[in-house]
Amino acid sequence: MLELIQKARRLTTTTRNSSPSRSTISTSTTILKSINPKQLSYYGEGISYLEDKEMKGRLIVIEGPDSSGRSTQITMITSKLEADGHAVLNTGLRRSELIGAGILEAKRNFVLGKRTLSLFYAADVADQLENKIVPALRSGYIVLADRYIFTLLARDAVRGINRRWSHNLFGFAIKPDLVFYLDVDPSELMHRVFQKNLSLDYYESGADLGLSEDMLDSFLRYQGMIAKEFLRMQKQYGLIPINGNRSITEINMDLQNRIDNFLSTV
Amino acid sequence: MKKHSLVQNKFEVPGTLIVVEGIDGSGKSTQIKLLEKWLRFEGMPVFLTEWNSSDMVKEITSKGKKKGKLTPTTFSLLHATDFADRYERNILPLLRAGYIVLADRYVYTAYARDIVRGCSPKWIQQVYDYARKPDLTFYFRVPIDVAIERILTGRPKLKYYEAGMDMNLSNDPYESYRIFQSRVINQYESMIESEGFIIIDGTSGIEEQQQIVRDHFKSAIRRNPHHPQLKELRKRNNSMEISA
Repeated sequence: MLELIQKARRLTTTTRNSSPSRSTISTSTTILKSINPKQLSYYGEGISYLEDKEMKGRLIVIEGPDSSGRSTQITMITSKLEADGHAVLNTGLRRSELIGAGILEAKRNFVLGKRTLSLFYAADVADQLENKIVPALRSGYIVLADRYIFTLLARDAVRGINRRWSHNLFGFAIKPDLVFYLDVDPSELMHRVFQKNLSLDYYESGADLGLSEDMLDSFLRYQGMIAKEFLRMQKQYGLIPINGNRSITEINMDLQNRIDNFLSTV
Repeated sequence: MKKHSLVQNKFEVPGTLIVVEGIDGSGKSTQIKLLEKWLRFEGMPVFLTEWNSSDMVKEITSKGKKKGKLTPTTFSLLHATDFADRYERNILPLLRAGYIVLADRYVYTAYARDIVRGCSPKWIQQVYDYARKPDLTFYFRVPIDVAIERILTGRPKLKYYEAGMDMNLSNDPYESYRIFQSRVINQYESMIESEGFIIIDGTSGIEEQQQIVRDHFKSAIRRNPHHPQLKELRKRNNSMEISA
């Protein structure tokens, strides 16, 4: 069974960039494995009025800074999970219908206080949780989240918001089954950002913190601070660090292996 | 067992925070506006802030609200965002500068309404625990029928969330509104002791209520150790005689 999965993974990873020649897979006789239901749990007080707590699906989160390769990995993992017969829902920060676009607009047009911004993001998470993620988990989807509350916790902490307060704020957030953190050295990250955009993003450089007049210096220091917060959160929230300095294929094999192993136990 | 207050003050500020609470139609807005007018007339440095009034938050959430589908948690967080914006931008800086800040509804509104909507009381308290405890909180108590009559006079229709229609209390918006508001009253009543609310009879005369509000205000100002600083600020505003 495991061999088959690994074979399928090899096939998807090698045919990733070539034409969709998946004919080899249809000849395999893999028996699709279903997932056992479980009760959802929260980090804090939870959503007290939510009665049906049985989840047939699972929530998997990939965290990491911009240009760490999150979305590429999520695309690849989604294809593989779907090939294995799982229904997959992709989600991420700022993707709620309610305020997803609003946050971007607000960042452009207003100077937002740090706590205000934090609460805005929390509302975005809450809206997606209740209207998208929980319904999907109930009906048996694997929800792949391109960032979750941890990015928000890290951002808040480096901006001086009390960690206890942020943790409590997200007391309504359900605990994911797996959280990966793509750990990329700031100096490596810098090259990837430049390859992609040729410029540094204001918030991702922590420019609002006034760390340095030099934007690059600010970026490196800010990303270092964020990485430190993630290190601090590893134990508390059970984050799995993934060495993100490797190639796309290597990172993907690592992630897919861990996800497949996890799914084979549930 | 005595309940602990929901908010605490971790540091001193020279300003004074005055809050009015009560259900819609209890007369609290009339009273806080009269207090504001009087203080302005007296040349005091005063600032009035209202619940759910941040333009920035309003602009962003109006689209979402129209779509319906706001869950209690999201609804609560949007109000918390609005409050945080006003708190970070106006309330706290002005208090630190020595202003008299008047708030038409404060964190107690969130406790009352969000708990009625089904959010966890402990969570609501945690979300707002950075807010200062007011120097004075006036709670305007009125029988539900009086409040409802005041609200509905000259108003053809209740809004969806205003009537609490999202809670499926009743299919009739007016009946839903009544049930919702009476539950909010129960929440307020349960906070009176722990939060030290000053109860104002919202059915008594407007001048009579204002007299009580002003009397309490005067003694609160006298208790404030930064009173002299307020005098300075007032002199800056104009050079009228001080009589407080």
